[in-house]
Amino acid sequence: MPDNPYGFAPPDDRPIPYMHRIKTYYQTLGYGKPYEWAHYVDSPFTPLKKPLSECKVGLIGTSEVAVRFDPETETDPIVEDDFRGIYAIPADMPTERFYSRTASFDRNATHLDDVNAYYPVDRLREAVADGRVAGMPNRFYGAYNNYSQRKVLTQEAPKVLEYCRADGIDALIMVPV
Amino acid sequence: MCHQTVSLISRYIEEHGVPTVVIGAAKDIVEHCGVPRFLFSDFPLGNPAGRPHDVASQHATLKAALALLDAAPGPMTTMQNPIRWSDDHSWKEDISNVEKMSPEEIARRKAEFDKTKEIAKQKREDAGV
Repeated sequence: MPDNPYGFAPPDDRPIPYMHRIKTYYQTLGYGKPYEWAHYVDSPFTPLKKPLSECKVGLIGTSEVAVRFDPETETDPIVEDDFRGIYAIPADMPTERFYSRTASFDRNATHLDDVNAYYPVDRLREAVADGRVAGMPNRFYGAYNNYSQRKVLTQEAPKVLEYCRADGIDALIMVPV
Repeated sequence: MCHQTVSLISRYIEEHGVPTVVIGAAKDIVEHCGVPRFLFSDFPLGNPAGRPHDVASQHATLKAALALLDAAPGPMTTMQNPIRWSDDHSWKEDISNVEKMSPEEIARRKAEFDKTKEIAKQKREDAGV
């Protein structure tokens, strides 16, 4: 009989239990009350109203994407209305000018050198070009990592909805890092 | 926390009529919150949309997310991205895993965390929030 006749995966090759690890981490570091993660037992659901090929699709990420610019000759293409609030990036910027400012990622396992691995702007442009989706708005959205559930639900979420409505989008792709 | 932020926004805007799909790497956090549609990439935090400099994996990931937008039969639908990050899964062992850290490493991180917290507090005060 071979060791693993049914081809089971190794027991530790499973989705990383982040909530458990983070809790244990902070407890070990001596920070008292564990964080209470947002939890619901159900979820809202809105079906697409038309075929994807007729939909305008937006993109939001939390990778703190920014645009390189020359401060001598240009102004920052990103205008942030609020301190670490929801912001927008002109969608016609060349991808090579995008970069991430976040430090919240797995530095041992990977890097943030390729924007399309966390903010798939080129892949979305291709989907528009080959007609899988009808279009995208003329700006991409960004959000910051936020510990305050209240701030997310009362300020940031309504702001994203405002962007979606102003841009007339039919669906939103959301990429946390 | 990024995953929680995005999950909460996803629920909110979906409730107000805009369909969403989350492409994320922290399965437990997103599913604990509960979102309408979730493409789970079993990848390191930072690259949920595909492997860096691997256009084929990014293309397949977005394609799966769009399929989920189109065809999820109901709320809290999770689909697993079939792409494997690597044949070797040892990258999953280290992140935020205190069981893998030496006492010296833990002490160093505690000191660093205390310092960061102090700087953040000062920044918040300076910004008036």
